[in-house]
Amino acid sequence: MAQINEQIVREVVTEILAQLEREGTATAPATKEIAPPPGNGDYAVTELILREIGPAKQGTAPDEVVIGLAPAFGDKLSKRTITGIPHAAVLRELMAGIEEEGLKARVIRVWHTSDVAFIGKRAAELSGSGISIAIQSRGTTLIHQRDLQPLQNIELFPQAPVIDLETYRNIGRNAARYAKGDSPPPVAQINDQMARPRYQAVAAVYHIRESSFIKREKPIELEVRFQ
Amino acid sequence: MAKRQKRFEVLDARPVNKDGFVAEWVDVGLIAMGSPNDPKPSVQVQNGKIVEMDGKRREDFDFIDRFIADYAINADRAEEMMRKSSQEIARAIVDINVPRAEVVRIFSGLTPAKIAEVMDYLNVVEMMMGIQKMRARRTPGNQAHVTNLQDNPVLMAADAAEAALYGFNEIETTVAVFNYGPFNALALLVGGQTGRPGILSQDALEESLELELGMKGLTAYAETVSVYGTERVFIDGDDTPWSKTFLSTAYASRGIKMRYTSGTGSEVQMAFAEGKSMLYLEARCVMITKGAGVQGLQNGSISCIGVPGGVPGGIRAVVAENLITTCLDLEVASGNDQTFSHSPFRRTARLMGQFLPGTDFIFSGYSAVPNLDNMFAGSNFDSDDYDDYLALQRDLKVDGGLVPVSEEEVIRVRNKAARALQAVFEELGLPRITDEEVEAATYAHSSEDMPPRDKVQDTKAAQEMRKRDVTGTSVAKALAKRGYRDVAEAVLNIQKQRVSGDYLHTSAILDPDFNVIAAVNDLNDYAGPGTGYRLEGERWAKIADIRHAIRPEDI
Repeated sequence: MAQINEQIVREVVTEILAQLEREGTATAPATKEIAPPPGNGDYAVTELILREIGPAKQGTAPDEVVIGLAPAFGDKLSKRTITGIPHAAVLRELMAGIEEEGLKARVIRVWHTSDVAFIGKRAAELSGSGISIAIQSRGTTLIHQRDLQPLQNIELFPQAPVIDLETYRNIGRNAARYAKGDSPPPVAQINDQMARPRYQAVAAVYHIRESSFIKREKPIELEVRFQ
Repeated sequence: MAKRQKRFEVLDARPVNKDGFVAEWVDVGLIAMGSPNDPKPSVQVQNGKIVEMDGKRREDFDFIDRFIADYAINADRAEEMMRKSSQEIARAIVDINVPRAEVVRIFSGLTPAKIAEVMDYLNVVEMMMGIQKMRARRTPGNQAHVTNLQDNPVLMAADAAEAALYGFNEIETTVAVFNYGPFNALALLVGGQTGRPGILSQDALEESLELELGMKGLTAYAETVSVYGTERVFIDGDDTPWSKTFLSTAYASRGIKMRYTSGTGSEVQMAFAEGKSMLYLEARCVMITKGAGVQGLQNGSISCIGVPGGVPGGIRAVVAENLITTCLDLEVASGNDQTFSHSPFRRTARLMGQFLPGTDFIFSGYSAVPNLDNMFAGSNFDSDDYDDYLALQRDLKVDGGLVPVSEEEVIRVRNKAARALQAVFEELGLPRITDEEVEAATYAHSSEDMPPRDKVQDTKAAQEMRKRDVTGTSVAKALAKRGYRDVAEAVLNIQKQRVSGDYLHTSAILDPDFNVIAAVNDLNDYAGPGTGYRLEGERWAKIADIRHAIRPEDI
């Protein structure tokens, strides 16, 4: 993606201003659709249906990895990462990577924070294996473990613009391997020193928007369906 | 489709137009300075206590207001100093006839909103005049990043040695993979002292691990101890001003140098700017630093530079935040450490606000490695820009903290550092460093020139090393045993600093003989032309002697 899409920024800006006006009277955040940024390629899955099942329970089985979704991931805003990859495709890859390693993926919605580290820590605490993946709407991801400090991690993927579907798959795999007690080599990452000049302002807008959905509620378990 | 004017097609393809520019958006704080939402400056003192500040009564203070009101402002002189007009204070900063000490005195009685208002009176030229007078240490300095994409320790040691040779006073590392932390600290300690005894090294990590490595003497100082300008964001940083102060005292109790880090744009980036301007929130951060009793601050937007960099007047605000830090009598490590633009012109202009006047550390992270290896996601300048930087120093007769080096010298120190680390790894029972790796590190440009290491084995060993009693002294012993006596002595002398405590003073650095140079014994005395630090004599001759300058003798 060569240029920040100004049109997107304008649309998000307008939406947030409208949201700020509704603040104080609204009971549920608006879920108005925003035109997605240009995608890059065809995706096997593009639609994601998330259904709330109930409060996320404490896991006991060690054969699971919990995936913690930030407040807006999957069913609000553009439903795509900062480079336009559909959330459906991203979540599919994370889950497929976990399942490939013979483990189960349990998906939860974290409501009380949009911070990827704190989402990961909470999800790890609920995870039977103690291992979690956390992901924000823009695509920033990490692998966390329940005994670590909140701002520590096992692996961190801080540059959302350079994470592609193959990497998400590998993140799922590695998380499962950690859950099994293995020590896999870290997922190979790209370091793009021009990601900041290109994307930082847009990332700020994304994060402001995601954070507007924060509410003081406990994590909820989700049923996930793809189309 | 309308016919395009070819000039505009050419312009659209220019690097500057790949950058992220956004219009001001006042309500979420996407504004650099002078927001209509910024509080009006005010203060009320009763019985030696601040009961009202910047439009808020004490009962309504958030924890940042409370901390600043109780610890960062001299209540005895607050009302007197706040009565001065902001314009008068701005003029005092620039006026060469108003001594530094007088400006410091004024600022000790000001509130965050007042400080932000003062800054808005200054243009960038005036701000640079201010920095020239107000920086704490007379002699300017510089800091470098030393990291790589593979967390390769041999390469890191070689790069640390080369950085030291160029003249950096401090070097900073971080990790690509979290568990490599201890190895990276080790690489910088050994490599840095090989290149130039007395260089100070840090390892930017999660804060409890960073403290642990500091306590073990594997690092010499800490910097990335972060403070933020709104309550919500501070909490997302997993702290309060009090818990952060507690962390700073943990360092002090061990005699380890440290500074805080903040920077314009972080509150917007983390989604809770409370609608205030970036500079106003940053003024709060500088004052939190002051209130905590911490000696210095890394700011100049730092990792959030894309945010002020995207709005009008953003880079001006970045100069202002460095100036505020100096006016509050703190050491400043002044940014220039993160990529923010594709345009070489914007990158250079951004640098000028600190380079021309000089600061305690002009860069808080010049990338001493190519940016592809920079694990802070890229710095404003990198190792491929060294000769440009040296030329700028020479062109403008400015001491930017670096000196020209020769290829032979660099090869020599890189090789020695790699061999020294190889020896230390063997003595400490760490995964083997081969002669092939030493050779590769000596001549490498980047991690692409290095053979791969077994990362699983390395990270396991690094974690085990944490459990063992491996300290700076162990490293010195290992070096001495293997014949690297000079490096061993340097490592030991770094350990000694925490006993003498002299390097805890404001703006402290060490010279190659381990003399401490700080604001206490090298206080900035700039008072106009012919005073203060001047680049002249031997130092000027050295800086002017770039390696490609044709000498008359050559012809």
